[in-house]
Amino acid sequence: MPEPTTLSYLVVAALLFVVGAFGVMVRRNPLVMFMCIELMLNAVNLSFVALAGELTDIDGQSLVFFVLVVAAAEVVVGLGLIVAIMRNRSSLTADDLAELKG
Amino acid sequence: MQLAVFVIASAMMLVGAVGVIIRRNPVHAALSLVLTLFGVAVHFVALEAYFLAAVQIIVYAGAIVVLFLFVIMLLGVDKAEDLKTEPLVAQRWLAGVAALGLLGLLVVAVARGADILATRSEGLDTAAQNAGGDANIQQLARSVFGDYVVAFELTSVLLVVAVVGTVMLTRKRAAGEA
Repeated sequence: MPEPTTLSYLVVAALLFVVGAFGVMVRRNPLVMFMCIELMLNAVNLSFVALAGELTDIDGQSLVFFVLVVAAAEVVVGLGLIVAIMRNRSSLTADDLAELKG
Repeated sequence: MQLAVFVIASAMMLVGAVGVIIRRNPVHAALSLVLTLFGVAVHFVALEAYFLAAVQIIVYAGAIVVLFLFVIMLLGVDKAEDLKTEPLVAQRWLAGVAALGLLGLLVVAVARGADILATRSEGLDTAAQNAGGDANIQQLARSVFGDYVVAFELTSVLLVVAVVGTVMLTRKRAAGEA
């Protein structure tokens, strides 16, 4: 059986990224939108690791490590914001968050 | 064998990803996200990034998804949403067109870069391959704690700021306090 090439990893990562981007564009629940952002981050991580293997350069994997840390911080702050907003309202859709509109 | 692993892991990943966006219940979406994260972790193992595979499971599947589920339960939004109605006219069509366009661009970019990869390709690091997981972790440690040690220290600042900020955002204010 042929072995998967770096190219195939990159194409699969592109597919994952597109699914995540589509999710951010169509879903209205901020929690699910966050999950879709995680999907896109994972797609980028996968292509980093694939290219790190291809180019025998460990820097790609180091960068994925930092992406993981930043993603964790982003989720913590984002969910904190959602909890703070949800204290005062019952439904949770992105359409309701329009107070700042002039 | 490697191809079979690749196909199965990719299928896990993409089925999970589609599950995240079509499941109506946020809890189910979060559990689909776990499937995707495990698929990515399998890819990491296949690409010999053993440490990152472990971190992926521990941090993403272990911490981040649990945090998501915790917030879903805390807010009580674990009801099924109505995904049939389309609040904005033609939003899904436009999003689909944009997503397909993005996919086309990415695939074309990858395909154009393919010949560059072919000329530079030396394959995977066979020394690391023979030494198993330890070599990967040692290489990564030299990189993170050597070349990128300043960035590593800054991530600790970032995490402290995130934690303090979240506590400030979500704590209940006592009466009379601004």
